[in-house]
Parts: sequence; structure tokens; C-alpha cells
Amino acid sequence: MTATTAEHHDHHDDHHHAPHGLKRWLFSTNHKDIGTLYLWFSFAMFLVGGLLALVIRAELMYPGLQVVDPEFFNQMTTVHGLVMVFGAIMPAFVGLANWMIPLMIGAPDMALPRMNNWSFWILPFAFSILIGSVLMSAFGAGHPSAPNFGWTFYAPLSTTYGPASTDLFILSVHMMGISSIMGAINVVVTVFNLRAPGMTLMKMPLFVWTWLITAFLLIAVMPVLAGAVTMMLTDRHFGTDFFNAAGGGDPVLFQHVFWFFGHPEVYIMILPSFGIVSSIIPVFARKPLFGYASMVYATASIALLSFVVWAHHMFTVGMPLAGTLFFMYMTMLISVPTGVKVFNWIATMWRGSLTFELPMKWALAFVILFTCGGLSGLMLAITPADFQYHDTYFVVAHFHYVLVSGAVFSIMAAAYYWLPKWSGVMPNKILGEVHFWFSLLSVNLLFFPMHFVGLAGMPRRYADYALQFTDYNFWISIGAFWFGASQLIFLAVAVLCCMKKGEKAPMNPWNAPEEDLEWTVPSPAPFHTFDTPPVIK
Amino acid sequence: MAEQPNLEDRISGTLKKLLIASVLMFGFGFALVPLYDVICDVTGLNGKTNSSAAAESKEVDASRTVRVQFVTQTNADMPWEFRPEVRSVELHPGEIKLVQFFAKNEAADTVIGQAIPSVTPGVAASYLKKTQCFCFNQQTLAGGKSMDMPVIFYLDPAIPKHITELTLSYTLYNVTEREQQKSKDVAVHRGSQF
Ligand code: HEM
Ligand SMILES: [Cu+2]
Repeated sequence: MTATTAEHHDHHDDHHHAPHGLKRWLFSTNHKDIGTLYLWFSFAMFLVGGLLALVIRAELMYPGLQVVDPEFFNQMTTVHGLVMVFGAIMPAFVGLANWMIPLMIGAPDMALPRMNNWSFWILPFAFSILIGSVLMSAFGAGHPSAPNFGWTFYAPLSTTYGPASTDLFILSVHMMGISSIMGAINVVVTVFNLRAPGMTLMKMPLFVWTWLITAFLLIAVMPVLAGAVTMMLTDRHFGTDFFNAAGGGDPVLFQHVFWFFGHPEVYIMILPSFGIVSSIIPVFARKPLFGYASMVYATASIALLSFVVWAHHMFTVGMPLAGTLFFMYMTMLISVPTGVKVFNWIATMWRGSLTFELPMKWALAFVILFTCGGLSGLMLAITPADFQYHDTYFVVAHFHYVLVSGAVFSIMAAAYYWLPKWSGVMPNKILGEVHFWFSLLSVNLLFFPMHFVGLAGMPRRYADYALQFTDYNFWISIGAFWFGASQLIFLAVAVLCCMKKGEKAPMNPWNAPEEDLEWTVPSPAPFHTFDTPPVIK
Repeated sequence: MAEQPNLEDRISGTLKKLLIASVLMFGFGFALVPLYDVICDVTGLNGKTNSSAAAESKEVDASRTVRVQFVTQTNADMPWEFRPEVRSVELHPGEIKLVQFFAKNEAADTVIGQAIPSVTPGVAASYLKKTQCFCFNQQTLAGGKSMDMPVIFYLDPAIPKHITELTLSYTLYNVTEREQQKSKDVAVHRGSQF
């Protein structure tokens, strides 16, 4: 294929004149630069999404309506979810993949560097469109509404009753989808073709393995999401009736299509986390990872099972008993491979000489708090119990434990672990400690009481609540502001590293074993690494 | 790398396979639509009943009776009064029944309605056979006019023994605008042909 040939020539040109300034970032085909772009973009989205969440928590701090009207509140819950899922967590993982996968498998770059540039640069446009619709709603004349139907955009809320901006939303989801698919394809092509000689599949670090499997999940389900929004678009404007009961369609079909994408999507947001903590824990326990092969098989079985559990999100739509039982047992089955992983992490630490540097602190917090989220997930999997829990704050508590103290904490662990390699500077210890402890305490103040108000019946996605939930909600909001503010400390840590202010990082600051190839290149990692492949023992 | 000459071929080979996989999965998203209908037919998932006339029944199982209740509702912006003439009937599986539904257009203009049936419990849906139903077609009422709309149905004698009661529900949708839009589109289309 001529396109790939051209890419490779380009890439070799870079050796002679490394680009500078704005052009370096706009036209970059270097995996490290693109990784950096992804990581900064996702952090920016994390702050934007956080701001939207704080509007929600400001409104819910006290009963009654004080800060925003319910219509705007709905836009906040919707866009918060979308920005965090598609703008913060997923691009952060793609950024980590870009930076680390070539370094971990001894490759000079990603296999498709030009597509890599595209897949990143689509994202700022996609999110400008989405966030633009919120800005128009907040400051615009004539009160146009931003998407207001929840991040799950159920029909008919998003079809018959969707605001005009739904079409912008559809365009932006298409762009995000194309970006993720290209990113995923790049990972698979790189891992399959660019491993250093001797780097067999079963020698790959778990981060590469979990990302490879995540990439397959992305390729399998992002197109289905694209299909769902396309059907929405034609229902809205071209007279089709996929989800319209009046024309013989079925709104419940939307939920099936959405969750066929949606459940694998939640694993897309956690499998790379598993890889990150599996890389970090052995280093700080000074023992090899317990059960490497079982980790690989567990990841693969989680990925396969994730295709047959989607209807646990829709137990209450009225499925036949046999269907309900099937989805209930399959969901419970997923916790077996998940349990295998938690067991392996604990076994890795067992009798290890543990030290608790910042990456290890985050990784440990991940293991414990993610397990809490898994346990509430197991409660939700019990169909009759879910009839009570569904659409309450209990569900909100569940998925924030797995996504914030799970996925986000693992991304923080990754950042503290690899920042020395990325920037050549050790992340500031004092700021890092404050960031960690504040985040750990505030995240629990923020999300733990949500279990209680949820069990007591407080529904999710409402701008107001019954008076008996007041005290808990007040403290939840305090936790939210505290957590939000704490993340600004990380901004300081990251900026200090980028400005090269701090203790200089050695090549292998955490004394990682020499099989971990990323620690065999200098810190900061030079623009080009592994032009000649490393020797794998 | 040792196989440097064909590395690029290998890369574009993998790339092609993955691109094809993505396109296939996009198609699969749409394939979920007919798949869902088939699964609904088999399992009665969404309580949908037959949408065109069923054959008449042959035998009657006089040993048991099943109660069929009727529920009606009108969707948003449907200005009709719409109710069953009787709330429920009891019948033997196989026995044929006629039930009238009353509809009155309370608006000043002509309105076109489409009724969508649904049966609870869902598993019973495939055993409720309609030989004639106002829901098979759109219904039109001029402003202020009313009419009786018949349903003729029977229960398949194969209906499981544990089902002693079921509910047939109709939701009436206002499809006037959609129909006008459609005929306008047709007109525009025709216009462009000449
Ligand atoms: C042991 C593993 C897990 C089980 C058994 C489980 C089970 C469930 C169930 C049954 C629900 C539906 C609750 C309802 O709406 O009534 C749910 C919701 C959810 N789960 Fe999990 N889950 C597990 C792990 C995870 C993980 C690892 C993630 C993501 C990283 C996740 C993310 C979510 C999200 C985002 C929702 C809510 C979606 C929404 O309605 O907005 N879950 N989970
Ligand atoms: Cu799920």
C-alpha cells in the first residue's frame, strides 16, 4: 500500500530535522508527541467534565432549586457523562498506549503514524462541537438546549423529544467513534507487527496485553455505537422508524443496541487500568507478577463475557424470565475472572518487600476501591434487587467507584509512575502526597454516601430531592468540591514536570526489572527510541 | 528487523483486516434490528402481536377459560377519545371473539391515527391471534366524528396452561403530520420526474 510506504519515508525524514513550535504538534507523527497531546487533552476534558459535575453538586447541595433550572441540570448530567467517558478516560488510555506500547515492545513508533495524528486531531473538533452546544445553552440567546437526555441518550428522549443540538451531538459522537476506532486499529497493527525480535506474545507486559484486548473491543463496539446514532439521525430527519413505536419500531430496541455497545465500553474503560496496576504492583513489591498467564486469560474472558451481559442495564424493561436469568448469571460469571485478577495482585504483594511510593499508593487505592465497586456491581446483578436499585444513586455510586476510584486512579498511578520517563523529572513528592491523600479521602466522602441515599430511594438525574436526603447530599457535595480542587494539585505536578522543575530522574528511578523495556531508555525518553530493536532475553 | 522488506505488506494486511472488521461491525449494528424482531417473535419480548390477519382457528379447548382485559391509551398530542366498549372478556382458547373499540376525534381537523398493540405477559403475545384489527391499518377521522373499530381475535389453544389472564393494550399515535410529510415528499419526488 503506497500510503504506508509514504508514512515510513516521512518518519525517517524526522531523524534529520525534528520539527519545532506549533508545527511539531499539529503535524506530529511521533508516538511520544501524540501521546503527550492525548494526555493533556484528556486532562483538560477531565477538568471541563469536573466543572460540569460541580454544577450538579452545587445544585444538589441543598434541597430545592437554587443554582440552575432543571432543564439546564439535565444538560449538565448528560454532557458531564459524555465528556468524562469519551473525552477524559478513553483519550487518557490512548495517550498512555501511544507513549508506552512502542517503548514496552521495543518498537520505534506506532505502525501507522499518520493515522495516529488524525485520530488525535479529530478529538478537539468533536468536543468543541459538544461543549459548544453547552456554551450556546448557557450564554446564548433564545435558550437553545444542549443535549439533555443522559449520556445513554435513550430514544425517544433523543429522537422524538431531542433538542435541535442533538444533531450536533450525533456528529460529535461519530467523530469520537472514528477517532477511537483509528486509535484501536493502530494499537493492534503495532502489537502484531512491530514487536522486537524475541518479544513473543506471552512475554508482552500486561499493559500491552490489556490494551490489545481493549483495542479489539473498541473495533467491535464503536461501530455499533455509530450505527445507533445513525439510526437516531434517520429517525429524526429521514422518516425511518427504528425506535418509533407509532411507525412500528421499538424504543426498547434502542436500549439493546446502546448497551450492546455500552457494556463492552465500560470494560474498555477498565481493562487498560488492569494493565497499569499489573505493571506497577510487581515493581513496588519487588516480586514478579503472580499468575501472568492467568491474568492474560482472565482479561480475554472478561472481554468475551462482556458481549453477553448487556441487558443487566435493562432488567426493568420487562424481559422474559429466561432472558433475565441468563443475563443475571452471565453478569455474575464476569466477577470470577475479575476476582482472579484481584487475587493475583494480592498474591503478588504477599510477602513482597513493599514500599509505598506515589504510583504504588494510587495502585493500592485502585485495588481496594475498584473491588468495592465490583461488589456493588454484584449486588446490582441480582435482578430482583436491581428492581429496587435501578436508576437510583446506588447505581451512581457503583459506577463512580469503578470509574473514578478505578479508572481515574489507575491513570493517576500511571502518570506518577511514568512521568519520570516522559519528562526526565521526578514528580514533586510533597504535592503528590497531598494530591493522593486528598483524592483518597474526598473520593470516598463524595461517593460512599451515594450508596446510602440510593438504597433509601433517591433517584438519579433529578435536580431536587426529598428532604430526608439533605444531610448526605450536603456532605457529598463537600466531597465533590474537595475532590475537584485536589485535581488542580495534579495540574501543578504535571506543569512542574513539563517545565523540568524538580529532582532529575535517573534512567530507572523505581528499580524496575530489566525486562521492562521502557526503563532501559534514558529519562526523558529521547525523540526516537529503539531504532534498532532491543535484544530480548 | 529481519523481514524488513515485507514489514509494510504485513502492516497493510493487518490494517485491511481491521478496517473490514470495523465496517462489518457497523453493519452488525443494523443487523441487530431484524435480529431483535426475530428474537421478539420467538420470546414475546416486547409483547408485539401479529400485524396482519391470522388464519382462523379450527378447534376450541372448552376445558378452560382465559380472561382478556383491554387497556387503551393515547400518546402525546393525540386528540382522540379512545376506549374499549368492554373492559374484559372471558373466552375458551380457540373461541373467536369480536370486541369493539370506540374512537372520537375531539379536534376540529381531520386526524390520522395508528394503534400499536402490546400484550402482557409478553410470552402470551404469540398466542393471541387477530383475524381482523383496526390496528392493521391507519384510521382517519374527520374533526368531531366518531366510530366503532372492531377487533376479531382468538387465543391459540396451544397457549400455556398457567396463563389464565392477559392484557391487550393499544396505544394510539397521531401520525397525521408524518403522513402529510410523506405525501408531500412523494409529490415533490413526482414533480421532479416531469
Ligand atoms: C464485577 C463487575 C461488575 C458488575 C457485576 C456490574 C454490574 C452492573 C449492573 C447490574 C449495572 C446496572 C445497574 C442499573 O442500572 O440498575 C451496572 C451499571 C454500570 N456499571 Fe457496572 N458492573 C461491574 C463492573 C463495572 C466496571 C468495571 C465498570 C466500568 C469501569 C462499570 C460501569 C458501570 C456503569 C457506567 C454503569 C451505569 C450505566 C448507566 O446506567 O449510566 N461496571 N453495573
Ligand atoms: Cu454493564
